[in-house]
Amino acid sequence: MTSAIQFTFSGLTMGAIYALVAIGFVLIYNASSVVNFAQGEFVMLGGMLAVTFVGLGLPLPLACLASIALTTLVGLLLYLLAIRPAGDASVVSLIIITIGASIFIRGVAGVLLGKGIHQMPDFLTWQGLNIAGASLGSQSLLVLIGTSAIVLALWFFLARTLLGKAIVATASDRLGAQLAGISTSLVIALCFVVSAAIGAIGGLLITPIGLTSYDFGAALAVKGFTAAVLGGLGNPLGAIVGGLTLGLLEAWSAGYISSLYKDAIAFIVLLAVLVLMPNGLMGRSSVERV
Amino acid sequence: MKLLKIALTSAVRIAFVTACVSPLTALADITIGSVLSLTGPAGFLGVPEKRTLDIYVDRINAAGGVLGQKIKLITYDDGSKADQARTYATRLVEDDRVVAMVGGSATGTSMAMLPVFEETKTPFISISGGAQIIDPVRKYVFKPPQTDIMACQKVFEDMRKRNITRIAMLYGTDGFGMAMRNACLAWQERSGIKIEHEESYGPSDADVTPQLSNIRKLTSIQAVLSPGIGQGPAIVTRNFRQVGMTVPLYLSHGAATNGFIGLAGAAANGVRLPGPALLVAESLPDSDPQKKVVLEYKNVYEAAAKEPVSAFGGYAHDGLLLLVDAIRRAGSTDRDKIRDEIEKTRGFMSTVGEINMSPTDHLGITLSAFRMLEIKDGKWHLAE
Repeated sequence: MTSAIQFTFSGLTMGAIYALVAIGFVLIYNASSVVNFAQGEFVMLGGMLAVTFVGLGLPLPLACLASIALTTLVGLLLYLLAIRPAGDASVVSLIIITIGASIFIRGVAGVLLGKGIHQMPDFLTWQGLNIAGASLGSQSLLVLIGTSAIVLALWFFLARTLLGKAIVATASDRLGAQLAGISTSLVIALCFVVSAAIGAIGGLLITPIGLTSYDFGAALAVKGFTAAVLGGLGNPLGAIVGGLTLGLLEAWSAGYISSLYKDAIAFIVLLAVLVLMPNGLMGRSSVERV
Repeated sequence: MKLLKIALTSAVRIAFVTACVSPLTALADITIGSVLSLTGPAGFLGVPEKRTLDIYVDRINAAGGVLGQKIKLITYDDGSKADQARTYATRLVEDDRVVAMVGGSATGTSMAMLPVFEETKTPFISISGGAQIIDPVRKYVFKPPQTDIMACQKVFEDMRKRNITRIAMLYGTDGFGMAMRNACLAWQERSGIKIEHEESYGPSDADVTPQLSNIRKLTSIQAVLSPGIGQGPAIVTRNFRQVGMTVPLYLSHGAATNGFIGLAGAAANGVRLPGPALLVAESLPDSDPQKKVVLEYKNVYEAAAKEPVSAFGGYAHDGLLLLVDAIRRAGSTDRDKIRDEIEKTRGFMSTVGEINMSPTDHLGITLSAFRMLEIKDGKWHLAE
């Protein structure tokens, strides 16, 4: 029983991070049909920049804010300098641009921030919970709380503010949104900004648990993309369900079977879901879009 | 584009031919080649290795060089990829005409390069860990750094001293972790240790509490051994304390860096691992024959590179000095003479201990190359 709880805690913590990456994918995908493979680099930058700022002597909260601000700026620049100039290029070209951008960001981070592995202390000095012998560290708890807060804030933003509604409108019909007077390029830029900020927060939260390094983003991008597809690419709620499912699957397979098969099991489940439910766990059927 | 390419290659060829016939060749430098992993996952090995080679080549040249000639070091970055390492090995031999080679940050890249040097009869001193590089013995290949089998032996020896016989192993599924796991499995019976349970983790895993809570359930386990490299050992150590485990934790020499203590923090206290004397250079007794060499390397490196020494840089130091020593004794840059002298090396003190090569032993070191280290109050201490 203790073990089962421990596996679940571990799965939920990692799952929450995957969910944050997946939400980033979904936001940009909805607004622009681009799968932004640089999403993992936002997570890396969030952690690496904060570590660097702490190293320069900034207090932790200030370092975190500076890191989020700088990562957001990188997100905006990615859109302004790489995606927008490509204009009406095909979606495949745009996706390849994001892959190029991710390699570029990783390379610059490696040179400027160093190639070593870095750590950050837990945000709280409190040890965390111990439930029936299974431990849930304070940082894991922060990851879960932080992810929930981001999800709620995002929901509020999308459903209750004019700007958020403009994003939803652009996602559902870009031409229609344009005709209604929405500047779609502004909306897409906004999606890059919000995705970068969410990625950076995910990176900040996970660094005290999983450490960070300049090449940490690529693996997370794959996991986050898997989670987004599992949940049904295009659905923010699906991204959360997909992320948590992936995290739990990984932790349970590592605990009950072997971590050697962890990735294989996650991908088998992904394939099975896509065969049985081609639109993912929470995806709308594509007929609706026609 | 094509024209440009032809023009360029011709220009290079002309330059090359001119260089060959120029009268300056009589005073040519001694060219030593190196292929290291400066980028990619093994980048943390290659970077201190390259710094060490650069620092020591400069020092040797400043002191008058070798045989009255300057050493010219040519380094390529294989990006931690075996196929690229092999391409550069061929280039070093065919285009750069090196007389010998020091390098190969990882076992995989060393193994990929080794056939090139065997074929072209170029002496190769590998600075990576895997025992398969020198077992079976290959005529032109030498490798002083400790092997994973020795690490297992050293850990098992220490466990027996503490009356530990039943252990669990939690290994990383990267090349380093897998190789040491296999070595330890093969060696357990001879050392009187029984590995009763095995768990594994992936190289990019951020959390191993599920695996550790499986081990915690087993009451018969007296200690945990966790071979791995990179961030893995630090995460294992932190999670080990987090789930409240109290049995002794042993790590591998993959964690024998100062960076490890920084990453694992207070959780590192009490951890034991087999490591190089380099990490405890100051606290070695004065009677220790290795003290002079390790202290000197530590001081030279830290003064020039402005960062703490690592075992990996030490391997590069040993490889280069071993080669230079052999060239001096050979009195020539003839590749076969250099090879013969490397094989005749006796009593050469290095950061991995005394090196004694022979025609049947191209490793040259004994178990004493490893020290059992324990981390106390965030510092390395000799556990023996």
